[in-house]
Amino acid sequence: MSVQSPARSSAPAIETHELSKRFGKTIALAGLSMRVEPGEVFGFLGPNGAGKTTSVKLLLGLTAATSGSGLVLGAPIGDRETRRRIGYLPELFRYQSWLRAREVLRLHADLARLPVQRRRAEVEAALETVGLADRANDPVGTFSKGMQQRLGLGAALLGSPDLVFLDEPTSALDPVGRTEVRQIIRAARDRGVTIFLNSHLLSEVELVCDHVAVVNRGRVVAGGTLDELLGEQAVVLRVGNLSAEARAGLAAFGNVETNPADPERITIRPIDPQRIPAVVAAIVLAGGLVHAVAQGRETLEERFLELLGAAPDPEGAVAAHRLTDDGGPR
Amino acid sequence: MSSVIGPLLVIVRLTLLDALRRRILWVLLALTVVVVGLSGIGFERLVTIARDHGNSETEIQLGVSQMLIVVAFMFSFILAMTAAFIGAPAVSADIESGVLLAILARPIARSTFLVGRWLGLILVAAGYALASGLLEILAMKLASGYGPPDPLGAAGAIAVQASLVLTLTLLLSTRLPSIAGGAIAVVLFGMCWIAGVLGGLGVFFKADLLEQVASITRLIFPSDGLWRGAIFALEPQIVIAVASGSGRSDEQLAANPFYAATGLAPEYPLWIAAWFAIVLGLAIYSFRRREV
Repeated sequence: MSVQSPARSSAPAIETHELSKRFGKTIALAGLSMRVEPGEVFGFLGPNGAGKTTSVKLLLGLTAATSGSGLVLGAPIGDRETRRRIGYLPELFRYQSWLRAREVLRLHADLARLPVQRRRAEVEAALETVGLADRANDPVGTFSKGMQQRLGLGAALLGSPDLVFLDEPTSALDPVGRTEVRQIIRAARDRGVTIFLNSHLLSEVELVCDHVAVVNRGRVVAGGTLDELLGEQAVVLRVGNLSAEARAGLAAFGNVETNPADPERITIRPIDPQRIPAVVAAIVLAGGLVHAVAQGRETLEERFLELLGAAPDPEGAVAAHRLTDDGGPR
Repeated sequence: MSSVIGPLLVIVRLTLLDALRRRILWVLLALTVVVVGLSGIGFERLVTIARDHGNSETEIQLGVSQMLIVVAFMFSFILAMTAAFIGAPAVSADIESGVLLAILARPIARSTFLVGRWLGLILVAAGYALASGLLEILAMKLASGYGPPDPLGAAGAIAVQASLVLTLTLLLSTRLPSIAGGAIAVVLFGMCWIAGVLGGLGVFFKADLLEQVASITRLIFPSDGLWRGAIFALEPQIVIAVASGSGRSDEQLAANPFYAATGLAPEYPLWIAAWFAIVLGLAIYSFRRREV
């Protein structure tokens, strides 16, 4: 299956055709075809063992494909010189415990062959970006997992690469750290960096990604923009004292979904968000009591579970209206 | 070339820093000071006692040279184990920890990484072997007044021996866990030494099979051949003169694992250089195909 975002004039940052990888009899990746446009945050989702990390390793040339082909930043996969323009935060990694944070970044600045006169400034900027400037001279062995993840993010962003692969970048971070990482990712995107975000933390992906692809058992099963993937807008209301007649009248706004197990919960979809006040007014005029109104749509988690053929969590399905961790509406 | 030399030097520097920061070098240096100090005192006491007992200077020189060869043997074994110890995790530990993922995603060839790591470790192991070997010889010279004819050749042969073990463990490290690779290299080193001893006995007993086994072993893993070269470099001319004048045949003398009538054959260093190239090439081949 091919996942393509709307056509743009520039060449894709990543383009693959039927990439596959076998480990003996095990098929880790079975025909990955996708296209990632430059300057976007691309979310690569999937359950554990779906082939996400294998895909990243293939795209970086860390492992060889069994079949298929692809281009990364316009060069064949694995092209060594192109890696100068690529940053990577591995999922399971550790830096040399006996190196200091600044030395780790300097090592990567040297290996990336950044211009010699810029290396020191790039290292200091990366330390500032990931909030480790005050721990720059501490050995990595004394860092918490979260701090090591920040350091890894700093190494991945060193030297303003054109493309950055982040493999589960927030898995070891607390909510504050996750918010900071999201801000760092957005800032990088604003500078024109393409971000390939590998994650199973769906809320994270939903908050920062422009395009997503869902991979399962080595194949992409769905993809597109979040709007394309999650479908139409909806409104979820919790209403009491509403007659069956009045309830039927709400069909004028969209399809009305009710749940016999929770009769007070009403979902109307699709709906133009501008019409929500009119819905509320109609309910009040009919004598209904409005306890809660939430604008939203199917969550990524619900869609994800649907794609994977798993049952959604009924508690999670109620949370249609969400706020970002930054405090603002999504 | 800067796309190769630059990253190569970065990995060499990283490897040296690793040895320094993880105190490997400091521990080795401290042990050397202890061993050299104690053996120097021992030599001085032995020589003083021998002179007090009226032994001739020739006898003392013979005794000192034989003692030095025994110390050198112990030293070569310790160095081989040290080389195996530092070489075994050289690649496997970085694969297991995930350190290599971030490094190999940079514009560096796997061969560059491997050769850089090898050079760094060779500098540590062979440099240490050379320095500590010469220090031991100097201590003996100061304690007894006698020194071997070719101290640099002897220390050099032992340093190359350590480098052989290191290179083999590096090859094993591209495929095997650290402990397994280190154990195999140490066992192989010991077996090759034993094969050399058996080969000498084979000469004495005219057992062709034993001789052939020793010859093949010296080709596959040339540590025992180098050990013979180290012995020859440590022997004063008087030892060879006494041995040849003792009435023993060449076959009888060959059975002594602490005696060498001749030095290395001129083509042997060439074979050792080829051996390094082959094993390092195999290590690169293996590492390129390894999933990380």
